[in-house]
Amino acid sequence: MFENLSQRLQDVFANLTGKGRLSEADVDAAMREIRLALLEADVNFKVVKEFVASVRERAIGQDVMRSLTPGQTVIGIVLDELTGLLGETNARLTLTGRIPNIVLVVGLQGSGKTTATAKLANLMRKQGKRPLMVACDVYRPAAIDQLEALGKELDIPVYRGQGTDAVAIAQAGVKEAVANMRDLVIVDTAGRLHIDEEMMDEVVRIKNAVAPDQILMVVDAMTGQDAVTTANAFASQVDFDGVVMTKLDGDARGGAALSVRSVTGKPILFASLGEKLDSLEAFHPDRMAKRILGMGDVVGLIEKAQENIETEDAEALEARLRTSDFSLDDFLVQLRQIKKMGGMSALLGMLPGMGKLKGGVPEIDERQMDRVAAIIHSMTAKERRKPQIINGSRRERIARGSGVTVPEVNQLLKQFAEARKLMKQFQKSGGKGLRGMKLPPGLGQF
Amino acid sequence: MSTPWFKRLSEGLTRSRERLEGQLNVLLRRGPDVDETFWEELEDALVGSDMGITAVTEIVARLRDLAARRALPDAHSVIALLAEEIAAEFPSEYADFLSETPVTILVVGVNGTGKTTTVGKLAKESVDSGRRVLLGSADTFRAAAAEQLDIWAERAGVPVVRRDRGADPAAVVFDTLHQATADGSDIALIDTAGRLHTSTDLMRELQKVQRVAERESTAPVRVLLVMDATTGQNGLQQAREFNSALGVDGIALTKLDGTAKGGIAVAIARELDIPILRIGVGEGLADLKPFSAPDFAAALIGEA
Ligand SMILES: Nc1nc2c(ncn2[C@@H]2O[C@H](COP(=O)(O)OP(=O)(O)O)[C@@H](O)[C@H]2O)c(=O)[nH]1
Ligand SMILES: [Mg+2]
Repeated sequence: MFENLSQRLQDVFANLTGKGRLSEADVDAAMREIRLALLEADVNFKVVKEFVASVRERAIGQDVMRSLTPGQTVIGIVLDELTGLLGETNARLTLTGRIPNIVLVVGLQGSGKTTATAKLANLMRKQGKRPLMVACDVYRPAAIDQLEALGKELDIPVYRGQGTDAVAIAQAGVKEAVANMRDLVIVDTAGRLHIDEEMMDEVVRIKNAVAPDQILMVVDAMTGQDAVTTANAFASQVDFDGVVMTKLDGDARGGAALSVRSVTGKPILFASLGEKLDSLEAFHPDRMAKRILGMGDVVGLIEKAQENIETEDAEALEARLRTSDFSLDDFLVQLRQIKKMGGMSALLGMLPGMGKLKGGVPEIDERQMDRVAAIIHSMTAKERRKPQIINGSRRERIARGSGVTVPEVNQLLKQFAEARKLMKQFQKSGGKGLRGMKLPPGLGQF
Repeated sequence: MSTPWFKRLSEGLTRSRERLEGQLNVLLRRGPDVDETFWEELEDALVGSDMGITAVTEIVARLRDLAARRALPDAHSVIALLAEEIAAEFPSEYADFLSETPVTILVVGVNGTGKTTTVGKLAKESVDSGRRVLLGSADTFRAAAAEQLDIWAERAGVPVVRRDRGADPAAVVFDTLHQATADGSDIALIDTAGRLHTSTDLMRELQKVQRVAERESTAPVRVLLVMDATTGQNGLQQAREFNSALGVDGIALTKLDGTAKGGIAVAIARELDIPILRIGVGEGLADLKPFSAPDFAAALIGEA
């Protein structure tokens, strides 16, 4: 589908090597590529214009013209600007000393408010809070039942009032929290269109009635150009404090994040990455910037692994992934984690280009995995670290030890070498090496 | 421009007309001149509809060419032609299987696009046309999904088959289709759980649901993809993936009562040639309307 921007910029500048200096026309060509990449990522076209203008200015003012690697230099500027725009630091939910703190959750229909409410409650409880969720969506059929069911799953109380007055329910919910010594109230509201005056008025009345400490707007990562219109309307009418981006576990590039951020100035606080109730994370501007540009999310991948790998130090694993230090032990750990994380496909889906492998990404056969584990267990620690040293006689020994044939050991070693190459390639190019590349033969057979 | 759905659409928009005036109205207001800025602004306006830069570039190039060859006199005539060109992107001949009898319909799509609501609206539409309807609640994943569909079934006055949360959705399909045969239903509408097209496991689950439906249904089985009009470029990817997994027979485009234009539908029509059968223009039972390509094109370019 979309080509990686850094690849495209390399292409723009590639035929220039040897020519010496870059002309203004070359910079223009680069800017066109940036514009296309951002539009393809759903960044609003007006935001794109401003953005490209500022990158252009920096690109011309800087050493791009004289740089030996103009593509890299421009990418650096783009990433830097984009990250800056998305927010300099990882923002947090700003709570006060007030008890209970109140958080109001608002947004369009179907953006994921109810799930986000439950996830936020879960996250805040982990941080020591005693949350109560209040179900104020009195319109959508069974919306209150949905929140209640999620509350049961999490063992977090839900207040469901009576009647259809959302304002009254919100107020009663806060009272309930006080009575039950809850120190955080999260109010889920109905989805509403920003042009629905009655409904916008309702949410303003809820706001006035309970005076929330924080108002969060939930925005679907798949949102297109209209994100600026909705965000502007919610900002001017409800004045929210921050954004939760949802459905980031898909392959949407999420340009709406940039749109919303640049038209409202509100920080994006959380990223929601799945249907499971613990998949709400702090938002990372740098990762989002790379994602918007189609540069893959190595760090996200690592962090996803980290959640599942208790024994592994994710940073060390990342370092190894980035170098050729990646050992057979890591490989083994990874295979296991991959299974835990919902299969190879889920994992590879996070890499740009990989989600597009035709015919899907092959699943991992469990029996094969056991054989692989057996083979690796029959190796010495040194062999696992440095598989290059595994010569013929070592191969025979390993095959005997694990009850497999020598060709099977050979195959594993070959596959491992390719996997390692794949990692290296990915690391070198920020994803570029993966594009159009087949999975190493057999990686899927494990 | 006065088909009923379109009226409903423009009513929704009149509330804040000034703020929401379509981009192309701005184009028309700037006068009849067809100069470079006109083309630039036209391109912006189309990009702003979520049509996608690839489709926009091609359509604008074609329009420029036509405008020159036909010596179109002013911006108004260019825009009128644009509307025709956009409308022509949609397949012109297709069967509206939602109106056929008997039929089994699998309603699929990513999370929150409006599947359950659309099933409710379709149930009502089918009842009103005198058909015997049965709903199947195969979203056994989301909390309270069955309760939600129950309420829609009650509103439309039709029966619904369900199982407990966590049950195998294929089993619900099995039950539903056996009951449909026993009841002599004209249309079985099966609501499924939302899923991201990137989830191989969940897409596979859906294929299984489809296989069971094909096996157990005495009526032809059709797949309706529900898409949210606020979706950007990812919508194309959604359509591709659902189509390659299941073969999508038609699309329902929801939430056109908002300010999003749903331009991604144009990109989808261009690439996949899947017809849009209905549009969703609100949260009520009656807020489902037939799709009309000319009206959609007109609304998309802001001539409302
Ligand atoms: N404004 C508007 N909202 C809609 C439309 N269709 C569905 N919705 C709302 O979108 C939200 C998600 O709908 P639902 O049917 O539960 O989506 P599902 O998860 O795909 O089944 C609900 O709040 C619906 O009321 C529509 O055409 N217009
Ligand atoms: Mg549903």
